[in-house]
Amino acid sequence: MVNKITIENLKAVYEGVLALNGVNLDIRQNEILGIIGPSRSGKTTLLKVLNRMIDFVPRSRVEGKILFDNLNIYTDIRLLALRRKIGMVYALPLPLPMSIFDNVAYGPRLHGTKSKSVLSDIVEKCLKASYLWDEVKDRLDSQAFQLSGGQQQRLCISRTLAVEPEVILYDEPCSGLDPISTAKVEDAMRELKEKYTQVLVTNNTKQAARVSDRTAFFLMGELVEVDNTKKIFTGPSDERTNDYITGKFG
Amino acid sequence: MGNAKLTQKIVFFLLGVATVMVIIPVILIFALILVNGLQAISLEFIFSTPKAGMTQGGIFPAIVGTLYLVLGTAAFSLPLGILAAIYLTEYASDNWLTRLIDIAIINLAGVPSIVFGLFGVALFVILLNFGTSILSGSLTLSIMTLPVIITASKEALNSVPKSFREVSYSLGASRWQTVRNVVLPNAIPGIMTGTILGLSRAAGETAPILFTVAAFYLPRLPRTVYDQAMALPYHIYVLSTQVPNVPVKIQYGTVLVLIVIVFFMNISAAYIRAKFRKKKQW
Repeated sequence: MVNKITIENLKAVYEGVLALNGVNLDIRQNEILGIIGPSRSGKTTLLKVLNRMIDFVPRSRVEGKILFDNLNIYTDIRLLALRRKIGMVYALPLPLPMSIFDNVAYGPRLHGTKSKSVLSDIVEKCLKASYLWDEVKDRLDSQAFQLSGGQQQRLCISRTLAVEPEVILYDEPCSGLDPISTAKVEDAMRELKEKYTQVLVTNNTKQAARVSDRTAFFLMGELVEVDNTKKIFTGPSDERTNDYITGKFG
Repeated sequence: MGNAKLTQKIVFFLLGVATVMVIIPVILIFALILVNGLQAISLEFIFSTPKAGMTQGGIFPAIVGTLYLVLGTAAFSLPLGILAAIYLTEYASDNWLTRLIDIAIINLAGVPSIVFGLFGVALFVILLNFGTSILSGSLTLSIMTLPVIITASKEALNSVPKSFREVSYSLGASRWQTVRNVVLPNAIPGIMTGTILGLSRAAGETAPILFTVAAFYLPRLPRTVYDQAMALPYHIYVLSTQVPNVPVKIQYGTVLVLIVIVFFMNISAAYIRAKFRKKKQW
């Protein structure tokens, strides 16, 4: 297994609070890595460190080493290139106030794609990849806000795919969605495994059990354990993991 | 219980009276100006120069002068104000310097207009040697309108949700790409509304133009930005205090024209705001 991202002794301060304390974690190529843990365990901070969105957070600091394809994300890769390669899907669906088409085409346009036909191809491909195409193909010009919550979230996934990332980070992507929409988003994630490395932060342990290959359990800014999802949910090594997944706390 | 009801009735009555008191002056001013000024309005009044010691003829040079001043003010204060607002909201970090700038802008808005007028004389007319001219007047009015435009633009920019910016950055956009593609398009209606309100205030100001541009009487229209110009607010002052025997209807007619121009600007600002509010979905 090739490591896509290697995290070594990561410490991160988020808004003045120590959110991650000495995390070592590998993220493997083409896997779905589930990250579970109670709130304030540092899950979201980890995602924000990986694509350096934490740079915008006031009173934040990052120590340790993070390698992306063996390149240090703070010293060896240009910031904007890093954000292109490591895409992010947020907890709430956040379409931009523009048409469905323009939402998906936003990234490619930023990076210099102007040809209408090329953009149309990208939009179609990405909407198909997130299972949204059939529902919106006849109204690509209508406003993204007119879509349902689940459709909006799949639109956001399409938009992230359109910049051709290598890694996709999901920050509780289904927290505002109904079960049917959730199932569709999860289908999309499984389908995307072939081409992408995915990191799924979720408060829903069952979701991690359903879609992730490996699962990491975080508690109070520390990685308690990471293992194959089946192992984590049937016989975790650490008692705290067991307590969390069986619902004793969290 | 009966007492509480009575108190409520009295309070509602007082609130109602206060509200009516606010509207009454507006209605009275408009009614008075309309009744007295409407009979002066004709094509000749609008499109001819003052004649016979301003007791006859029209106010065309003053209308043109005011329009030039508004355009000149817009030319300086719009780019400067909007760019400053973009810098302050999107680029500047929150430190003592930006806080100082914010305080300076707020204080600039509170400076009496005559102070701007005298400052304009000192800086533009004398020091920079622009003379009494449209250039000096526009620059002086620009400084006066800048705080309004900057404050309104900052508010408009800040009202664009942070999440839009975050999404844009997470797709690999630079700061400027984010401002250009996501922030500005959604802030422009608010910026326009604030800008027009600022300019409409500039159109009606007398003190800042008193010594920097305004001419008592000019038989011809200004040709370059270095020419003096007549302007409606100053012309009204001249008609009502400096020239004897000007018919009342000419005075009121001039006021009516100024009011209509300012009113039209304010209405268009309100229209843009209302139209955008209907369109926006967040």
